[in-house]
Amino acid sequence: MLEIRNLHVELEDGGTPILKGVNLAVKGGEVHAIMGPNGSGKSTLSYVLSGRDGYVVTQGSATLDGADLLAMAPEERAAAGLFLAFQYPVEIPGVGNMTFLRTALNAQRKARGEAEVSAADFLKLVRAKAKALAIDAEMLRRPVNVGFSGGEKKRNEILQMAVLEPKLCILDETDSGLDVDAMKLVADGVNALRDAGRGFVVITHYQRLLDHIRPDIVHIMADGRIVRTGGPELALEVESNGYAGILAEVA
Amino acid sequence: MARPDARPDARHAAESRLAAAPAGGGAWLRAAREAARERLLAMGLPGRRDEYWRYTDPADLTSAEAPAAAPPRAADGAEPFAAAEPLRLVFVDGLFDPAASDPPELAGVQIERLAEAAPRDLHWARDLFGAIEARGQTPVPRPLAALNTALAADGLLLRVSGRAERPVALVRRQAAEGSDVMLHHCIRIEPGAELTLLESGPGGARTTDVLEVDVGDGGRFHHVRLQGRDHGGRVAAHLFARVGAAAQLRAFTLTADGPLTRNEAYVELAGAGGLAHLAGAALGDGAFHHDDTVVLRHIAPGCESRQVFKKVLKNGAAGVFQGKIHVLAQAQKTDGYQIAQALLLDEASQFLAKPELEIYADDVKCSHGSTVGAIDPVALYYLRSRGVPRARAEALLVQAFLAEAVDEIADPTLAEDIRARLEAWVARHSG
Repeated sequence: MLEIRNLHVELEDGGTPILKGVNLAVKGGEVHAIMGPNGSGKSTLSYVLSGRDGYVVTQGSATLDGADLLAMAPEERAAAGLFLAFQYPVEIPGVGNMTFLRTALNAQRKARGEAEVSAADFLKLVRAKAKALAIDAEMLRRPVNVGFSGGEKKRNEILQMAVLEPKLCILDETDSGLDVDAMKLVADGVNALRDAGRGFVVITHYQRLLDHIRPDIVHIMADGRIVRTGGPELALEVESNGYAGILAEVA
Repeated sequence: MARPDARPDARHAAESRLAAAPAGGGAWLRAAREAARERLLAMGLPGRRDEYWRYTDPADLTSAEAPAAAPPRAADGAEPFAAAEPLRLVFVDGLFDPAASDPPELAGVQIERLAEAAPRDLHWARDLFGAIEARGQTPVPRPLAALNTALAADGLLLRVSGRAERPVALVRRQAAEGSDVMLHHCIRIEPGAELTLLESGPGGARTTDVLEVDVGDGGRFHHVRLQGRDHGGRVAAHLFARVGAAAQLRAFTLTADGPLTRNEAYVELAGAGGLAHLAGAALGDGAFHHDDTVVLRHIAPGCESRQVFKKVLKNGAAGVFQGKIHVLAQAQKTDGYQIAQALLLDEASQFLAKPELEIYADDVKCSHGSTVGAIDPVALYYLRSRGVPRARAEALLVQAFLAEAVDEIADPTLAEDIRARLEAWVARHSG
């Protein structure tokens, strides 16, 4: 599904190299966790895949079901099935949450040649998904993420994911700023979306989230590369020993 | 402020424009016109060196002939405000066109043309015509308004004694390339009465308008004005209003394109507990110069005023805001708010803002702000990352920027009409 080969990326401004040869293959139905210390390039990887400005790909490729992600505009990547749950969801005053979600859903459907969803069907769809994430009508009425608590913002990200039903979901530190109850809600929302046709990349610092979203494969990222790959036990090793031991091993 | 020391050239220019003054007129009107003539001669026509004309070149507004402008290319989709089912009064090149208008009959509203009321000796508008305009010459002089009072030959005189069941729509149309339009309207809202006035235009190669409104105690006046679209006309539009005790005035203007628009407003909150909200959304692409020059004067205690002006500018368009909250010593418990913001869609466009607070009372709440910015790249990326195409995402963000101004329109039908026009403009001018 997602195939990243030898991806090298530097900052557009100044040319600092961030990613130095990332290789990653995610198949449908799999949950991959990417862990690593601050500054290892985890978030950059998620931004580059979703098409944020400010990065230059100097080498390598990234494809989703064979299509060249790096050649597409952000909206095309979304329509192709890529979704990034942001570490810091963006507040957009003046744009209603519902308008935003409906515009996004219908734009994606249109890009894929599918019929738009009617206002009534959309409302039904969102209400059902919002209920499971304990998002009330008041939150849906407000402007996108404006006045939301940290936990509400993260739940709103998962709601968008549930409504847009992407093929590949990237969660960038979705656990940061969440208390235990909120994390459980978010994890339940993610787990409800797990199926054989959908892949996940879960970026996190901590093992904690992985207790709730059980990964199939765990990668350790350091200095712009994936330096170790293993099963869920690798996350437990990080939890008890920190990154220092692992990094010393690979160095 | 009346300037006895008007520069000779400015006075001379005023004299030559005044040569076109209409002859005749009954006693009530002659006196008002004569007083306006004196006011104008004392001030002279505006020039670039005048304090409130530094950001806007008045040459095309003061020249002897109106710069030619082709009539608008196309109607802006549906007839403006059709969904509100207004009583339509049509002016073509500045003259009332009865054939194109609805019969001027509306319960609770006495409707007359200035041209018909002019020859009478007495008229209720005597106390209003030119009166608020004269007071509104301080602290910001408005010579073009005095010119209008001296010269205007037509307009509407509306006396509202009840709650008008339909809005009145002032529809302006342009037929001739060089039409130089000067309309003067007077509206008296009797205590407790209510009227919604809709305007669409500009309806002339050049328009120099004055609207004087007296909102009696407990009365309400709503004004929604549409300037545009894609017209070539120059506009100097003036709103002068007095708001009585517990009375309300809410005015909103959408300006879509136009090479030169100067919208002036002078509102006095003269009775306790009055409210005045003035809002504007201006959209310009290319040869566009848009200027809001506003004075909100708090005379009575316990009044609330809001000024919300937003401009979207691209391809070298220019926006100007000069706004003053003027609070007199007795106007305690004043609540004044003013915001002027511009969204620049490129680096060639510019916004000049001069917010002013002049406060003589000590127990007031007044705030003002002014910002200039571009489309937030992070918000744009966030929308696109969810699949919203770039042009649509930009349109959403432009509409979001304008929302605070549009939200000042109380009537949902009218607000929807304006939103649809905003969306259409953004769609036409995206990319």
